[in-house]
Amino acid sequence: MIEKIRQLGEKGLDFCESFGYSGMILIRSIIRKPDLKHGFRGLVEQLYNEGILSLIIIMVSALFIGMVLGLQGYNILEKFGTTQALGQLIALSIARELGPVVTALLFAGRAGSALTAEIGLMKATEQLSCMEMMAVDPLHRVIAPRFWAGFISMPVLATIFSAIAIYGGYLVGVKWLGVDSGAFWSNMQATVDFRIDVVNGIIKSFVFGFVATWIAVFQGYNCVPTSEGISRATTRSVVYSSLSVLGLDFILTALMVGGW
Amino acid sequence: MMNNNRRLEILVGLFMIAGFVAFAFLAIKVSGLTTLNNSDTYQVFADFTNIGDLKVRAPVTVAGVTIGRVSSIILDPKTYEARVTLEIENNTKNIPTDSTANIFTAGLLGSNYISITPGFSDVFLKSGDTIENTNQAMILQNIVGQLMYNLNKKE
Repeated sequence: MIEKIRQLGEKGLDFCESFGYSGMILIRSIIRKPDLKHGFRGLVEQLYNEGILSLIIIMVSALFIGMVLGLQGYNILEKFGTTQALGQLIALSIARELGPVVTALLFAGRAGSALTAEIGLMKATEQLSCMEMMAVDPLHRVIAPRFWAGFISMPVLATIFSAIAIYGGYLVGVKWLGVDSGAFWSNMQATVDFRIDVVNGIIKSFVFGFVATWIAVFQGYNCVPTSEGISRATTRSVVYSSLSVLGLDFILTALMVGGW
Repeated sequence: MMNNNRRLEILVGLFMIAGFVAFAFLAIKVSGLTTLNNSDTYQVFADFTNIGDLKVRAPVTVAGVTIGRVSSIILDPKTYEARVTLEIENNTKNIPTDSTANIFTAGLLGSNYISITPGFSDVFLKSGDTIENTNQAMILQNIVGQLMYNLNKKE
């Protein structure tokens, strides 16, 4: 019994320690004099890896999610004879919730896991220690560009996701099921507010990008340098980032609905 | 090597441009940002005894054409009336001072909006003026209640 309580305390201390350690790593890697000439090249490379390579999965899932929303929404709204409201249904649910959240989940699975595995393998093959031997700070050379690239590309991906998903809903609703095109767009424009719906969605995607990349980078940097350790770290990275994205989404929505 | 780097930079540039295009699509086509610019509006007040289900951002119309939005609703602590602030676009400057503001419902169960019926005065409302003639919101339950009362009385 005492042993159980001791283990519980140990877990709690471990959690606090890794939380603090990850915060220290984050601060040490992003707060420093920026090296524009070399830093920019690394950033562009990582933007390609994290942003452009995730673009296909984001675009395809956005199109299908928008189309499914269009179909489901049409079938329900048809019972009340208000199929004109399809536009606002699709636009609000995507701009407020589905755009940022689904993009963040896909981003954690596509880019976050790759980040963790890459950094973990660098650690296992002692590339990070080699850098330290050559007086190159791995936090600065490896972690910082990856973190910034994730933080920048996540909102861009979420915006593209929202636009394509709404277009997918338009394809199904207007082109296939025959909702009036004018009513579709004008109802949407009358209900969707730029500040409350669109900008808040983008704020969410910035927060999710920050958290998902932070977790991915930290799990890679902190992993046990064996093949099993890397696989565990990759799994943890996806699980933790998905959970924190969903949890944070609730908190952010509560704040935003509460008139913030 | 140089060529490869250049290709990478172009791709990333295209990616960022795609993001901005999507953002512009969300701003203009989805949220209709261009229809109402906050900078060129003026404020007019109206006091109602009952605003029913009127919400902030509800449209303000003249003859069914939207000319502005409700920007705030507060309770006047002295008169116990609701003080509604209307943001009206600058290109409709000529609303007579003796106009009447009504709260109507869009459709049978739709959301409430404010309709202004123009009066006959030659003096027009300025920023900060108050519309004196107002009719309170028609509340469906009250109307049904009155109807039932009248029907019972006849029997």
